[in-house]
Amino acid sequence: MTAADNNPKRAGVIPDLKGQQPMRWKNFELKPWGRVCRAPTTAARPERLSEIAPIVRENHSNGLSVYAAGRSYGDSALNSNGQNCLSERLDRILAFDERTGVVDVEPGVNFRKLMNVFLPKGWLVPVSPGTSFATIGGAVAHDVHGKNHEREGSFGQHVSELDLVTANGVSHRIGPQSRADWFRATCGGCGLTGVITRVEFKMRRVPSAFVEAKEQRLENLDGFFAAFEAAKGASYSIGWIDALARGAALGRGILETAEPAAEAGFVWRKKHAASVPVDFPAMALNALSVKAFNSFYIGRVPKSGRQRLRAYEDFFYPLDAIEQWNRIYGRRGFHQFQCVVPYREGEKAIRRLLETITASQSASPLTVLKRLGPGRAGYLSFPMEGYTLALDFPNRAATEALYRALAGVTLEHGGRIYLAKDALLSAEAMPPMYPELGEFQRVLEEIDPDARFQSDMSRRLHLRARA
Amino acid sequence: MSAEETWIVLGASSPIGRAFARRVAAQGAHIVLAGRDVEDLQRTAADLRIASAASVEAAAFDAMDFASHADAAARWAERPGRVNAILLFGMMPEQREIDADPRLLIDCVGVTYTGALSILHHLAPHIEARKTGMIIGVGSVAGDRGRIKNYVYGSAKAGLHTYLAGLRNRLARAGAHVLTVKLGFADTAMTWGAPGVFLVASPDAVARACLKAARARRNVCYIPSFWFPIMLIIRSIPEWIFKRLSI
Repeated sequence: MTAADNNPKRAGVIPDLKGQQPMRWKNFELKPWGRVCRAPTTAARPERLSEIAPIVRENHSNGLSVYAAGRSYGDSALNSNGQNCLSERLDRILAFDERTGVVDVEPGVNFRKLMNVFLPKGWLVPVSPGTSFATIGGAVAHDVHGKNHEREGSFGQHVSELDLVTANGVSHRIGPQSRADWFRATCGGCGLTGVITRVEFKMRRVPSAFVEAKEQRLENLDGFFAAFEAAKGASYSIGWIDALARGAALGRGILETAEPAAEAGFVWRKKHAASVPVDFPAMALNALSVKAFNSFYIGRVPKSGRQRLRAYEDFFYPLDAIEQWNRIYGRRGFHQFQCVVPYREGEKAIRRLLETITASQSASPLTVLKRLGPGRAGYLSFPMEGYTLALDFPNRAATEALYRALAGVTLEHGGRIYLAKDALLSAEAMPPMYPELGEFQRVLEEIDPDARFQSDMSRRLHLRARA
Repeated sequence: MSAEETWIVLGASSPIGRAFARRVAAQGAHIVLAGRDVEDLQRTAADLRIASAASVEAAAFDAMDFASHADAAARWAERPGRVNAILLFGMMPEQREIDADPRLLIDCVGVTYTGALSILHHLAPHIEARKTGMIIGVGSVAGDRGRIKNYVYGSAKAGLHTYLAGLRNRLARAGAHVLTVKLGFADTAMTWGAPGVFLVASPDAVARACLKAARARRNVCYIPSFWFPIMLIIRSIPEWIFKRLSI
C-alpha cells in the first residue's frame, strides 16, 4: 500500500491547485469508435486529481461528459456543443496488494497496462472487454463484460470501492456496501453520476499467461446452441457467426472455449500491431468481400476442430492486432448492434435476428454470439441471463431501419440493447429494456439535481427524468 | 542499463516527467520525483514502484524556494549509483498576461531561469565530484529568438541555454555530460488549447528522444528534430525584417 492511502485528504476534500497553471479548454471534435457520431466540444484534459473538482465546478452551458479512450461505439461519452473532461492522462496504478490481488487505479489506466504490468507477475484482470485500449473508468461506466461473464459476472461486480467526484465538486468513496444506490447508478451509468477518479478491484491469480483454447466448427444455429449447452462449465467461451450464411447454414460459425493453461510460463511474444493507415473506400466492405472473409475465417479451423495454446492478450483482444481497424468501414463509419435476449426466448429470438440480418446481406465480418449469465452491478447494466449477439453494420442509408428492426425484435423477446455500442435507439425503448431506469433516475436526481453531467446519449435516451 | 544509476526528475508532475520516469524506471534506475505537488508525485511514485519495482522517492521541491536547494541537492546526490538529473520545470504565462501585470515576470523568470540555475548549480559540484553523471536541461525553441508573443519566457530559456553550455564546458572536464534540449510543442497542459500550436509531440515521444540523445551524448538537440530547420530559418531572418513579423 502506498503512503497516499493514509492521507486523509484523499476522500472528501480535494486539495488546492499546486504548481500548475489554470485549466485550459480546447475546442475540437470528438469521435467515438464507430465514427458515425461526431461531436464538436470544448474539452479539458486534467493531468492530476486536484484538477478534477475545478473542472466539474465550472459553469457548463450544455453539461459536462467524461471521455476516456473513445472506445464506445456510439454517443455515450459525447457532448455536442457542451464540455468534456478527458481522463486519458489520469493513468496511474496507485496501489497493489500482492497477497490479495487488490489493485487501486486511476480511471484512465487501460487493460493493456494492467496486462503488461501484472500478467508477468501471475495476476490477471477478473473481467476484460474485447479491447485492451478500454479504460477502467470506462469499464465501470459501462459495466463491461467479457468472455467469462457466465462464470464471473460483469466488471462492476469485482469493484470493491471507487471514488466519485460529483456535480458539486466533492469526492465520495462509494462501493457495493457504502452508498450502494450511488454505486449501482455509477456502474453502467454511462458517466452521468460524476467523474470516477479511483477504482479498486481484485485481480485473480493465473497459472500462466496462456489459455488452452479449443475451437470447433458448427454447421448451423441448432449446432451452436447445443455446443453452448455442452460448454456450459467452460471458463471462457465465445462464438463467431457468419452472418451472411442463410437457409440450412444459418448460424454457421466457430465456438471457441478456453481454460487457463497450467505451467505454460509468463513470457509471451508480443505481436507487433498492424495498422490501417487510411480510411477504406465505402465499397471495400461488400457482401462479396465479407463472404470471402467469413469463409476464410471459418475455414481456418479444421472440421474436426483444433486445440492450441494462446496468450491471454491474443485470446482477449484479437482485433487489437490491427490498430484503427474501424477505418475499414470508411469515412462514414459504422454502427455496432449488440443485444441480449433471455434464454427462454433465446433460440427463437436469435434465429429471427439472424434471418433479418442475413436478408439484408449487409453485415460485417465477425458477428459474435455468446451466452451471458445473470451478473450485473448497476441499474443500467447490460447483461441478463441469455444470449448476446453483436455485429457491425457499415453506415449506409438502410442501416438505421435495419437497426430499428433488430431493436424491435430484441424488445419483443424481452431483451435489451447495449448502451456502450448504441447511437440509434429511441427513448421509448428504454423503460421496457431497462426496468430499473426509474431507480437510476431517482439516484441521479439526488446526486446531480442540476443536470451538470450530460451527454448526447443522456439527452437522446432521456436517461434523466427531466430531459 | 549496465551500471546502477539514479535519475532526479525536476518538475516530475509534468506529463513529460512522468513519461521519462516510467522509461528510466523500466530500465532499473532509482528515481527522485521532485516537484511542488507532493501528493501527486506520491501517486506517480506508487505507479512506478508497482510497474517496475524501482526505488522511488517523492520529494517536495519548489524552484522559487532557493534556500532549500543546497540541502535538496546534497540529499539527492547521496542516492545510489551514477546520479543524473533532468530539468523539466518552467513557467510560461501568456505574454499579454505579463504585459498586463509585470509582476508575473518575476515568477516566470524566477522559476524558468533563476530556479533552474539555482538547483543545477547546487547539483553540479556533486556530479563533478563523482566524475560521472548526466544533466538533461530542457529548454525551448522559444529561447532561440525573442518574439512578440513570448519573449519573457523565451529570454529565460535563452539564458538557460547559455548557462547549460557553460555547465557542459565545466562538467565535461570531470567526465560528466550536459545535454541541452530545445523543445518544440509538446502535448502537455502548457500547449493544450493554446492558439497557434501545431505538430505537438506526445510526452512519451519527447521522453524517449531526450533519453536517446542523452545516451548518445549529444550536446544540443531539437525535439522533435524538425524544429532544427524551422529555427534555422527563424534565426536567420534579419532583425530589420523580423521586427515587423508576428510569428
